[in-house]
Amino acid sequence: MSELASLDNDQPLLVADGLAKNYGRLAACRDVSFALYPGEVLAIVGESGSGKSTLLQLLSAQLAPSAGRVSYRMRDGVLRDLAELGEAERRFLFRTDWGFVHQDPAQGLRMGVSAGANVGERLMAVGWNHYGRIRDTASTWLERVEIDVGRIDDAPKTYSGGMRQRLQIARNLVTEPRLVFMDEPTGGLDVSVQARLLDLMRNLVSELGLAAIVVTHDLAVARLLSHRVMVMKGGRVIETGLTDQVLDDPREPYTQLLVSSILPP
Amino acid sequence: MNAPTYNFAYLDEQTKRMIRRAILKAIAIPGYQVPFASREMPMPYGWGTGGVQVTAAILGPEDVLKVIDQGSDDTTNAISIRKFFGKTAGVATTTSTTDATVIQTRHRIPEASLHAGQVLVYQVPIPEPLRFLEPRETETRRMHALAEYGLMHVKLYEDIARFGHIATAYAYPVKVNARYVMDPSPTPKFDNPKMDNCAALQLFGAGREKRIYAIPPYTTVVSLDFEDHPFTRYRFNAPCALCGADNSYLDEIVTDDKGGRMFVCSDTDFCEQRQAAGHHGTESAAPHKEKAHV
Repeated sequence: MSELASLDNDQPLLVADGLAKNYGRLAACRDVSFALYPGEVLAIVGESGSGKSTLLQLLSAQLAPSAGRVSYRMRDGVLRDLAELGEAERRFLFRTDWGFVHQDPAQGLRMGVSAGANVGERLMAVGWNHYGRIRDTASTWLERVEIDVGRIDDAPKTYSGGMRQRLQIARNLVTEPRLVFMDEPTGGLDVSVQARLLDLMRNLVSELGLAAIVVTHDLAVARLLSHRVMVMKGGRVIETGLTDQVLDDPREPYTQLLVSSILPP
Repeated sequence: MNAPTYNFAYLDEQTKRMIRRAILKAIAIPGYQVPFASREMPMPYGWGTGGVQVTAAILGPEDVLKVIDQGSDDTTNAISIRKFFGKTAGVATTTSTTDATVIQTRHRIPEASLHAGQVLVYQVPIPEPLRFLEPRETETRRMHALAEYGLMHVKLYEDIARFGHIATAYAYPVKVNARYVMDPSPTPKFDNPKMDNCAALQLFGAGREKRIYAIPPYTTVVSLDFEDHPFTRYRFNAPCALCGADNSYLDEIVTDDKGGRMFVCSDTDFCEQRQAAGHHGTESAAPHKEKAHV
């Protein structure tokens, strides 16, 4: 699988083509096209209501687009239109080859069952049937996201916000996905916890060669994690380019405003 | 049987046809929960309204009915349902497992093995095995449709993580015909192996939740487990105090307030048959022994 991935690194993993979503007369998202390559981290930035989250839902096939399409290169190397996948295939993709990190960990975790079971759920869903091995894998992943393994049997409702978010990441990465969607992964965390989480995510992404699409309003997150940035306003992509280029030398007035509204360090 | 103010077996014929259609569909798709238009019955929900409707729909004048509650023929629930059908259908009733053609049960499968031609009707409180892990009905239906059953193992995983073994002792989830995961109603897991490849037809009725499901005769029923924590039956490690049986499911009965207790078969018919055949229990079988000596 990894040799196949490296073979295909010059071919896009995910392609969006003329994506649009209308809610009645409101265009939440219009004419978005881009290609994401394996191992690439793309940040989508913009203010509230700019269509970032709608776009993320379109890309991850949780919403049907009003126009356009999203194609994904499956593990067998074939690029397929997500709208043409059957529901079973789509759901299988969602819990094996993809990850989705929600802003609110309560949405992505089962708050009432133990951390071990939370991490192990995806494994059991793909047919793992050996308790010992599931637990070992879960412990390994807890270690990787810097959660004390002694807390493997505690439910996430007893965890702090930062731990919950790290657990959610472990739960998503356990099946070694190739693409992870993140919706404001650091939202609602205090600054030091954010820094630690970003550091962890950056390491994991580079270690595992993950591709990721990160939606954020925080330009610092975009700068630290992403290779490329897309700036959205009013449902449109107004500027796109390498992260450093866009953030250090913004062309569009809106992007300039966005960059200049960060307090100088 | 004076004044036949009720239709045969209480329910009207249209209702019975509707229930029979649901039953036929359930038999055609083993383990699949078929929705049906459950009726109000002259008993409260939780007392077997689902089982009673299934029984009413399949009962014929020639049938011999047995009703058990927790294995017992002589508890309130069992007696009142038996009387109900004696009155409204005029069918013969029995307490013998082998003589009955229809057996309605709550929480047990009889010890005596069932034979072809018999129908076992279960009363089911909550038909959805995934319910406590996934509260959304739309989602659980989708999971059944796509056979996404990883979540069921999450429950078993939690058991082992918390107690060191699979502590689920009743309503132990099973996979029917290698397809649908099913809740066997709150029978003890001791009874699970009896469902596998059973000669009798097994019907499940949930009145409040409006679902019917079925296991046709000779269908494979596998209890879910892990490779390194296989399914095991559980029974109290004692012989029955009345009949000495060491292979039956036991009830624990507290006999005084000084810690005295005895274990007896939960299946009263099985226990009585054994006593009639001359089997005796140990020390606690005193009342029975006295009778025998008189």
